[in-house]
Amino acid sequence: MSIDRPFRLTDAVLYGLYGGIAALLIALVGMAEAFSKREIIADVISMAQVMLMGVAFVAALFAANKAQSSHRSITVASGIIAGAMVGLLLALLALAIEPLNMRAMFVNANRQLVALLLPFDQTPIIGGVILVGVGALMGLAAAAITYLPSLLRRSLLISLVGVVLIALLEDVLVVVLPKNIGRFVYESNGLTIAGAVVLFVLIFAITYLWLAQRDNVTRRFDRMPPKQRRIWSFAATITLLVVLFLLPQLIGPYLSEVSDLVGFYIIMALGLNVVVGFAGLLDLGYVAFFAIGAYTMAVLTTPELPIVRAVIPQLNFWQALPFAVLAALIAGVLLGVPVLKTRGDYLAIITLGFGEIIRLVVLSDALKPFLGGAQGVTGVARPTLGSSVTDSPQEFYYFILIGILIAWFITARLKNSRLGRAWMAIREDEDVAAAMSINLVGYKLLAFATGATLAGLSGAMFGSKLGSMVPASFNVLVSINVLAVLIVGGMGSLPGVIVGALVLIGLPELLREFNEFRWWVYGAVLVVMMLYKPEGLWPEATRVRELREDEEPNESIEDPTGLAKPSEA
Amino acid sequence: MDLLIAKNINKRFGGLQALTALDVFVAEKSIHSVIGPNGAGKTTFFNCITGFYKPEEGEVVFNGEEIQGMQPARVAQRGISRTYQNIRLFANVTVLENVLVGMHRHLHTGWFGAVARFPKNNQEEAAAREEGMRILKFVDLHRKADYIAKNLPYGEQRRLEIARALAGKPSVVLLDEPTAGMNPRETEDTTTLIRRLRDDLGITILLIEHDMRVVMNVSDQITVLDFGKKIAEGDALAIRSNPQVIEAYLGRGAATGSNYGHRQAAAVAGS
Repeated sequence: MSIDRPFRLTDAVLYGLYGGIAALLIALVGMAEAFSKREIIADVISMAQVMLMGVAFVAALFAANKAQSSHRSITVASGIIAGAMVGLLLALLALAIEPLNMRAMFVNANRQLVALLLPFDQTPIIGGVILVGVGALMGLAAAAITYLPSLLRRSLLISLVGVVLIALLEDVLVVVLPKNIGRFVYESNGLTIAGAVVLFVLIFAITYLWLAQRDNVTRRFDRMPPKQRRIWSFAATITLLVVLFLLPQLIGPYLSEVSDLVGFYIIMALGLNVVVGFAGLLDLGYVAFFAIGAYTMAVLTTPELPIVRAVIPQLNFWQALPFAVLAALIAGVLLGVPVLKTRGDYLAIITLGFGEIIRLVVLSDALKPFLGGAQGVTGVARPTLGSSVTDSPQEFYYFILIGILIAWFITARLKNSRLGRAWMAIREDEDVAAAMSINLVGYKLLAFATGATLAGLSGAMFGSKLGSMVPASFNVLVSINVLAVLIVGGMGSLPGVIVGALVLIGLPELLREFNEFRWWVYGAVLVVMMLYKPEGLWPEATRVRELREDEEPNESIEDPTGLAKPSEA
Repeated sequence: MDLLIAKNINKRFGGLQALTALDVFVAEKSIHSVIGPNGAGKTTFFNCITGFYKPEEGEVVFNGEEIQGMQPARVAQRGISRTYQNIRLFANVTVLENVLVGMHRHLHTGWFGAVARFPKNNQEEAAAREEGMRILKFVDLHRKADYIAKNLPYGEQRRLEIARALAGKPSVVLLDEPTAGMNPRETEDTTTLIRRLRDDLGITILLIEHDMRVVMNVSDQITVLDFGKKIAEGDALAIRSNPQVIEAYLGRGAATGSNYGHRQAAAVAGS
């Protein structure tokens, strides 16, 4: 797509086709129908309509963007064409479902889908024309938006997405919000019209102000004397900690439950970040250490498993925790020693195998007396404080929060140290690192062991929180999930881990309709991320430089003295 | 006294004999150049010293200790640093960070020290940064300490690579074509820098270089390789008038019709 030639309207048709195919997919896998029951604005527009119109809008946005350099009429035309193409394909689908008996092949190609695509009970032809018209309208809007100043455009798009998100999170937010606000914003299904407008204006105003003032604010912060700056960042940290401390009381048990799950992933991802992000070692079997932590906790604290209990006395949570972490650490070293001499792809495959081996070991009948086999282990101890036992998700939140803070502290300090530099060197060029007298196996082992330890910590708390353990919780998808959190958040970046976990783990839990299509959306998000924002949502500076090599000339942004001269080369 | 001794080095790649019975004795605090036409085995020789290749036969003795077959990290640990023919900086981090990585072997902060940041770790880190700035000043890059390495102009990247090699406080530095691709002015600066390494810092230098003016200018001793064999050795004067050397350059150039050989031979004879 990046070939430099004049834009042609056929390109717009192509973008329209891409969008149309995406829209057909959404319709045929059943997403459209599932979401048609979910209103965004009550009795005005449903999630399904937002999605399909959104696809037309995005396709047109791409086409119009590509056509930017051409004449204005071409830009507008290409937007309209791309949008209309999406509508056309959907209309064709709606018309083809009955005569072609598509139901035989696609379960979801049924009458409800036709009704959804061709509203207002019109004849099919008029319905189809309306559909194309709506697509064209979306295209026009998309083309128009490309002519807005970037500040306005970005705030506009962010507010639109924001409103849709708030509408989708109704179930969650309605519990948290004060009653009268909740009643103003939400109907029983979807936003009220007034609520939607107010929300849109509010989000728009806030994003606009923030985007306009952001540089100003950061510049003023940078100019402050160091002492004042330290006071400000200290105050910010304290505020953040207070908010985090009060959070479970504010958000109630259900959201606390979700936060707990996100928290487990954050600890794990902070650990894997050391391995993959810092040292560049692709570990696809990371779940193994999570499982080892969890099972150590379970086996040491459960009243079941008589054979084990005959040898090892039953421990409580706090007694078992160090053993669980230690077990993961030892496993990390044991696996690391033979494996870390291999490079890149081989390492990935070996670790993938190791993850599966651990899962199969805990599943096996031979070890059933020790590990519980397929039924798993129940009665895992909960953390105790004095005489009170922690079992609500709100109380558990605090233990996880402490775990996250510890993991954050450790990895942040490691990153900016001699070790962090050695890992960076290994990641960037192993041979050169060796010539700097960096012991490759030793430092890789340190990264591996650090990662394994944090996974073990997360696993031990996970086991305790669940109270029971089944091998199925430890399949390869957990490893992939953690890796995806890193990729979406930004490899090597600590704040990125938090953002990635919230987006990939938290959001799907909250959007209940998405659950069925979780992996579809997941895949789409990853593909789009890799194409358009490969450095992640909250990237690390080094990473951006690595990935955006050709786009960043010798700018003087990195030059604090202003002495930079453009290179002659 | 010879600080670095390579005796009877033989290195084969499959059927290709890359180095044959090569003897090189590098005197302490000298600049010892290794020259020869392309593919003569110069870089292979460097790799045999630094542990990237294991010679089939022969020994490398550094400071009285045999180091052949050692892992690269352990060779570096003993005080041998190098630069690369094609620049291999850590491109995406700052200039100072590149140097700090080079100082790795003189720093001691371990896992617990890095996490807990005891006073001694903080002192070590602060001292390392200071020392790093001093090294950058030596190569005149201290004003660009916060630059991203890949944004430096070509010549400065080469200098940074030398600075990174110096950061390990080595007693021997192996420079692999340090002036390749430089303009005359940069070449002259680099030549001066190489001399200062020996005179100011007392470092022994093993140098691969194609620019004959540089070689003839700075070398205390020159070893000439051709097809992996040593064909001549001596100071600049002896090498310049050595008929075998001229033939090695000129003969090949004449035979293949490339004027590269001519130019080289002219440079050998003329400078």
